[in-house]
Amino acid sequence: MKKVLTGNFATAYGAKAARVNVIAAYPITPQTTIVEMLSEIVADGELDASFVKVESEHSALAACIGAQSAGSRTFTATSAQGLALMHELIHWAARARLPIVLANVNRAMGPGWSIWADATDSIAQRDTGWMQLYCENNQEVYDTILMSYKIGEHADILLPALVNLDAFFLSHTSQVVDLYDQKTIDQFLPPYNPKIKLDVNHPRSFGALTSPEHYYEFSYKIQNAQEKAKEIIRKVGKEFGEMFGREYDLTESYRCEDAEFILVNYGTLAGTVKDAVDRMREKGIAVGSLKIRYFRPFPSEEIQSVLKNVKAVGVIDRAISYGHEGPFFTEVRSNLYGSKASLYGFIAGLGGRDVSIMDIESMVDYMKKEQPSHLIWIGVKK
Amino acid sequence: MSSTTESKPKKIKLTIPEEEIMNPGHLACLGCGASLAMRYVLKGLGKKTILSIPACCWAVIDGPFPYSAAGVPVHHCAFETAAATACGVTHALDQSGQDDVTSVAWAGDGGTFDIGLQALSGAAERGENMIYIVYDNEAYMNTGIQRSSSTPHGAWTTTTPVKHYKKGLKKNIMEIMTAHGIPYCATANIGYPEDLIKKVKKAKETKGFRFLHIYAPCPTGWKHPPDVTIKISRLATETNVFPLFEVEDGIYKINKKIKNPKPVSEYLKIQGRFRHLTENVVQSIQKEVDQRWTRLQKMEQAFGEKTE
Repeated sequence: MKKVLTGNFATAYGAKAARVNVIAAYPITPQTTIVEMLSEIVADGELDASFVKVESEHSALAACIGAQSAGSRTFTATSAQGLALMHELIHWAARARLPIVLANVNRAMGPGWSIWADATDSIAQRDTGWMQLYCENNQEVYDTILMSYKIGEHADILLPALVNLDAFFLSHTSQVVDLYDQKTIDQFLPPYNPKIKLDVNHPRSFGALTSPEHYYEFSYKIQNAQEKAKEIIRKVGKEFGEMFGREYDLTESYRCEDAEFILVNYGTLAGTVKDAVDRMREKGIAVGSLKIRYFRPFPSEEIQSVLKNVKAVGVIDRAISYGHEGPFFTEVRSNLYGSKASLYGFIAGLGGRDVSIMDIESMVDYMKKEQPSHLIWIGVKK
Repeated sequence: MSSTTESKPKKIKLTIPEEEIMNPGHLACLGCGASLAMRYVLKGLGKKTILSIPACCWAVIDGPFPYSAAGVPVHHCAFETAAATACGVTHALDQSGQDDVTSVAWAGDGGTFDIGLQALSGAAERGENMIYIVYDNEAYMNTGIQRSSSTPHGAWTTTTPVKHYKKGLKKNIMEIMTAHGIPYCATANIGYPEDLIKKVKKAKETKGFRFLHIYAPCPTGWKHPPDVTIKISRLATETNVFPLFEVEDGIYKINKKIKNPKPVSEYLKIQGRFRHLTENVVQSIQKEVDQRWTRLQKMEQAFGEKTE
């Protein structure tokens, strides 16, 4: 069934389709309409779930952790300051190996108060053990919520997923979203049934004091699960394609086969970049786009295979690691160590500043004329 | 529930369940009030209990991975999240139809009076169907005796060193919690196990958000020998420092009224943490205790059960 939905409503419908048992969330702009919609869906009995209207994002994730540990499939959503407040528990959920799904509407961190798109909030959660990915459109948001449960709940993975969608560009923009038949979804995503959970018939202690004798191995296992997740993400993405007609991978390359210049991007930037690529191709410039869906696990193999023979690679970051450069740029460069490609790191669109097709074209122009640089600000008023 | 060991027709009726749910081999200090509190509480709650325990002494007492002394599932959680985590467990139990299992948050005074107060207030206001228990040893004992907002006036801690002992009053958590209008709110003391277990059982039978404030001395932090833990506990109530009372649907009831309360000095003098106090300070502490006791009596007069 096709519906015209905002990114936030697509998120709520995704959680509903995943038949989550417990939702705990707290309002924050621009995520709020996810919470509102889910609250309505639960109150109307369309979804048999508990909706816990907690008093903070910190408690939202804590409640999800409690519920998930006791065997429920849980969901929460937040944005920027809320995600930052959750940070302690972001670590906790991953180390407890709980496949929670969290939709984060990418929003800039204050001050000054900003409610507009910026990926700095989610990038700051990089080293927590969560799978982390960025969506390009509302269909992908809906699909990704479903796939994230399937991937996270896989016995070899057991990791939470941070599903990111850009503030307003997706959260409040309506697009056509194909909602699938619930019976087929249920076949794709059976009920959550963890092997180990809080159970009075098998009293265990979870998350106890852990000596250096064991902690190290717990960390090792999380890394192994992240590595293994690449394979599961590809597998589930294929299976999803077979069942619903839309296939997904860790990355998406567009007109990269014969490209001399490739622009690496994520989130809604991907749509603009692809339009710019088409326009430049018409002018005879051999440009391609490589969209990174998964930031964690990082798709090293894909990046190396797509970018190895290219003349120049530009990475567009809607985030910055102050004192260094764009965070995706750092990762891409490290993955291309030894490659002859010229590397350019572009910063664009922080705090929701518009990134136009002309801006994208100017990047390629820059790559044609200028020496490689790790930090090029697009459209900054100096 | 009850048992009589002697065949002689003596009229002593034991009300404390014999079954031990908590296992030996825990890591508490000698004379620890918190370990006794857990032992009694589990006797009252039974095996169908899931504990959410944040950072506090009990995060250690239960034992390191892969050990656990509690005898029921223990969910260790982040410091400020006991109420929120246990509330999550409650909802999962509800979703899976396990309505005979009790979800319990078990936290120290730091995790309750201080860092966990927001989550506690939130869960209480929402009326989450769970029990929140604070075992109160009046300071951050697990990190090595730092003052909390539960530390009483006059007490030494490592962050309120002798010359700069705690000056303000202990936060009145019971008034905060009763102000939420929750169905059951009670104090209990490990020195009065029958009363404690009775209250645990009452809490278990009540629906909605329930709060228990359990007095639990800490020989290590209070600087008293381990063998006087119970003596101090009883003195706390006999001096009105820690009165036993409950508030059920807004109705106050003082469970133990001391005819001739002992002077607070008797309670203070056997604890090293109060050793430095001058007579003047002891007097002002006595005054504060009297004031709180009077206030509690007035609450009972105003909002107690009418006995005409």
